[in-house]
Amino acid sequence: MSNASKVVVVTSGKGGVGKTTTSANISTGIALQGKKTVAIDFDVGLRNLDLVMGCERRVVYDFVNVLRNEAKLQQALIRDKRVENLYVLPASQTRDKDALDPEGVGRIIEELKQMGFEYIICDSPAGIEKGAQMAMYFADEAIVVTNPEVSSVRDSDRVLGLLAAKTSRAELGGPAIRTHLLLTRYSPMMVKRGEMLSVGDVLELLGIPLLGVIPESKAVLQSSNKGAPAILDETTDVAQAYLDVVYRYLGQERQHRFIEEEKRSFFGRLFG
Amino acid sequence: MAFFDYFRKAPKTATLAKDRLSIIVARERAGTRSGPDYLPQLQQELLAVIARYETIDLGHVTVNLDKSGGCEVLELNIVLPDAPPPPPPRPSQPAHA
Repeated sequence: MSNASKVVVVTSGKGGVGKTTTSANISTGIALQGKKTVAIDFDVGLRNLDLVMGCERRVVYDFVNVLRNEAKLQQALIRDKRVENLYVLPASQTRDKDALDPEGVGRIIEELKQMGFEYIICDSPAGIEKGAQMAMYFADEAIVVTNPEVSSVRDSDRVLGLLAAKTSRAELGGPAIRTHLLLTRYSPMMVKRGEMLSVGDVLELLGIPLLGVIPESKAVLQSSNKGAPAILDETTDVAQAYLDVVYRYLGQERQHRFIEEEKRSFFGRLFG
Repeated sequence: MAFFDYFRKAPKTATLAKDRLSIIVARERAGTRSGPDYLPQLQQELLAVIARYETIDLGHVTVNLDKSGGCEVLELNIVLPDAPPPPPPRPSQPAHA
């Protein structure tokens, strides 16, 4: 079982582009497909994944407690109440990013693999410092979350450089981490008017394969207000987009949607 | 009106964004991703060797990797102090005189 596990980092460099939203939705979506999945919040000191996933009141122990042997991994893992097979490992709210070290993080990831987790989703903090590097260090794959906006694209490129150099695979000379681009907060209407970088522009600049496009949508805020990942309410465009991403990630063919305005209004008519 | 905006001649901001990003991303990649990471260490070691013969500090040794066309040029620039310090008085060896 250990060999079947995949460690996936959700990263971006820039803050506020949708890493935590993406981690919450993708881990929920994968678990809905019957895969045992855990989402780990690496944002030590500023934990938020628990809030976005609606389990903040059930946090007793956290990642750092387990690292320091103050709690067992089983005690810190929070089982999701809505979705079977889904667990959250919350970050510590009281320590700083230096609380993480590669040995400890490696030990916890290994233990999660032994527990039969098939997907280990690492929600990276913003930046390119230690916390972000810890989140990516043991990754087999990376989902690079990018907004169609200059600073986000530039930071994503920096992060791709780090993924190629400062990870266990890079240091041990293993196969390169598989990288996927997830373009979020996309507005086909603005792209059509020439007011926003297009998906083609960003692909050309970053040169990694496209996992999906998530449209700019009010549903994201609505879902974080509720503490229920958007993917759970299939009527929204964001849920449809994340579902596509999950199916695509798990190997099914799905046409890209939400890239052109026509398609969007088509869904607007269907679900609006 | 969006209809008329569509035909306006002013450059689209998305095009500006893409052009600016192409330049900055290429520059940063050349600086970090594709550059060998031994350059700082090479600089330190060169400095240590030169310091055995000359009084010199870090700013006087630069190591650069340039790409022009298909070939890479490793450029070492070592600035020796302008005026050689006054020759130290020869250690007098009166004993033999």
